[in-house]
Amino acid sequence: MSKNKKETKEPLFHLAKRPAIEWWKAWLIRGAAIISSLIVCALIIVVLTKQNPLEVYAALFKGSFGTQRKFWAMLQKLAILLCISLAVTPAFKMKFWNLGAEGQVLFGGLCSMVLMFEIGDKIPNLLLIIAMLIASILGGILWALFPAVLKAKWGTNESLFTLMMNYIAIQLVSFAIMVWVPSGSSVMGLVNSSTKAGWLPSLLGQKYLLNIIVVAVLTIVMFIYLKYSKQGYEISVVGESENTARYIGINVKKVIIRTMILSGALCGLAGFLLVAGTNHTISKDLAGGDGFTAIMVSWLAKFNPITMVVTSFLIAFLQRGAGEIATNFNLNTSIADILTGIIIFFIIGCEFFINYQIKSTKEKEGK
Amino acid sequence: MKKILAIILSLVLVIGLFAACGNTGTETTTAAPDSESETESDTTEAAADVDYSNVKVGLICLHDENSTYDNNFIMALKEVKENLGLSDDQVLIKTNIGEDDSCLTTAEELVDEGCNIIFADSFGHETYMLQAAQENPDVQFCHATGTHAHTANVPNFHNAFASIYEGRYLAGVAAGMKVQEMIDNGDITAEDAKIGYVGAFPYAEVKSGYSSFFLGVRSIVKEATMEVVYTNSWFDIALEREAALKLINDGCVLISQHADSEGAPKACEEKGVPNVSYNINTASIGPNTALISSRINWAPYYKLGIDSVAKGTSFDADWTGTIATGSVELLEVNEKVAAEGTDAKLAEVKAALEAGTLHVYDISTFTVDGKTVESYLADVDDDGTFTGETEAVSDGYFHESEYRSAPYFDLLIDGITEV
Repeated sequence: MSKNKKETKEPLFHLAKRPAIEWWKAWLIRGAAIISSLIVCALIIVVLTKQNPLEVYAALFKGSFGTQRKFWAMLQKLAILLCISLAVTPAFKMKFWNLGAEGQVLFGGLCSMVLMFEIGDKIPNLLLIIAMLIASILGGILWALFPAVLKAKWGTNESLFTLMMNYIAIQLVSFAIMVWVPSGSSVMGLVNSSTKAGWLPSLLGQKYLLNIIVVAVLTIVMFIYLKYSKQGYEISVVGESENTARYIGINVKKVIIRTMILSGALCGLAGFLLVAGTNHTISKDLAGGDGFTAIMVSWLAKFNPITMVVTSFLIAFLQRGAGEIATNFNLNTSIADILTGIIIFFIIGCEFFINYQIKSTKEKEGK
Repeated sequence: MKKILAIILSLVLVIGLFAACGNTGTETTTAAPDSESETESDTTEAAADVDYSNVKVGLICLHDENSTYDNNFIMALKEVKENLGLSDDQVLIKTNIGEDDSCLTTAEELVDEGCNIIFADSFGHETYMLQAAQENPDVQFCHATGTHAHTANVPNFHNAFASIYEGRYLAGVAAGMKVQEMIDNGDITAEDAKIGYVGAFPYAEVKSGYSSFFLGVRSIVKEATMEVVYTNSWFDIALEREAALKLINDGCVLISQHADSEGAPKACEEKGVPNVSYNINTASIGPNTALISSRINWAPYYKLGIDSVAKGTSFDADWTGTIATGSVELLEVNEKVAAEGTDAKLAEVKAALEAGTLHVYDISTFTVDGKTVESYLADVDDDGTFTGETEAVSDGYFHESEYRSAPYFDLLIDGITEV
């Protein structure tokens, strides 16, 4: 018996799935992760830039909370990122890998811009804004529906399909700008800056407030939809196991298509908020990578819309802080990106330690 | 024991990796100041009688130091800061600011920080800068490459650019001499004298640039032709590299570019093809192929704006820097690459340009569709209609950058093919 044991080499440690962990323990681990990430960042700051890490952290904080304007800019960033995250969440919960949020946002935004640019001065503003909203939502749906229908009907690979739809949207935007701006500069600039036709109004003197309110309402609705509605339940079942879903009589194809319509519609809405409520222009960088960052926001929050407020705040906060650090210390923004990467790495890593524990093999033998 | 050794070894590996990452990090951050040496021009006449203590300068850049275009703005501002003795918190530089609402937000943040003069470097920043100017009448907003200031009637909004077409023409003369040398050496025949050009967008700023460069080449080599490839991006290392390689494959014997990365010069160095650069001294990345580079020196314009703010005086709504103001510069000729006598020839042509006896766009030197261009309505007043309204040809030449600082020469002249 003992001979046998010697032959099989046992590693020093092994991993074991934790049984359910108390919530305070989980948060203790998360807190420890954030503190360790800040310590590692501090080391890197000292080694690479010879700056005082505390001052750098102060600048990081100042990026979002330094002035009222910075705070609003952070909230706006948060709102758009959260909106796109909410959009991809039902699809991801269903295990439909929608990597096409970027393109859906962009095409939704393009639909708004077509109306804003072409008929901006021809119809009343309220009508124009409503038309733009509908056009964007339909545009987002269209861009999501192609891959969804093909997946439901023929089982095509949705990751590749949605990803490639992004490139089509980028090319369409480039083409539209080429038509609208014949000088070849490929820059639209502010559209309707004198008439402000198609611009969402400022509420209480805050130009981003409307965006923020829309997304806040959406967050609550999405939370209720996913947690308490029959459709939300169907999404979870399809995500866990398509066979189970079929067995209990859920029409899987219908759920896939319906959920992607929802996902596309919300991406289209994000496109509308970006064109009408924020930038008043369009370029191929409209979504600026948020279509992909949203996936991280959604996963980090374990698809819970309320938790997503926290995770998208984290990303928005770090991005705003990054720019502030670069300006204050005359550094390249890359250093701030490195710090952001480290912090996110630790946060994702700590989820692992919440789910698994490291056990010393010897200890187990001793037992 | 073995296990412990394994753990130690893997730890060493991880630390090593970290250290390696660290190294590349420092490299990219220190690479930028390298080009500082090239920017030492003389704006040293910092008037002792001007008090700069109340000036705070902001600069908004589309990319960061890794873009040759943005680096050119950043280095010039640092040079002016040094020369005028401004402190660190009197100069704020914001990099990687998009051509969207973030430009407006950044401009407003700079106003909050107390900046009283704010520069922005990218064409797409203009409408946002204009809006910021309208909302903050006490702050001067200066936008490079823009087209609206001369008609906008907003007193605190300014545009600026330089007659860089003259610098490009001079660089073209140096390139032409190099090509002539290749012909004289029997390396190529005159029919093979094809130049390649990597352009960003089919836009007047780029077209004016490559046309003047080409005319410079053709003033030396009459048979020269040119092939232009667009990348449709201002900054894309891989695309610019690909474009340069394609042009070399097509038989181009010399490459120049108007795009903002080091992609093209590096490809040229690999292939041993001479390269003419823009806004950056590429001698360090192409010791055997970098020939010469033209550059807009923004220091004189920064100085003009900062001086005006310090003294409380107004300054031009639309300003064109020239060779005379020190805004158009040629960077050092690389003796290893350049043909013999290049320096002397450049001095001669430069003198003729300054004296006004030579015009880059002399209509006797080029044709469009086989015809001489006797008249051309340029789109100088950018009113959104994209139709020309200003007669740009008179006295036998096309008057570039005279009616507006930003270039408006957008003809496709014979001898140049856009691929």
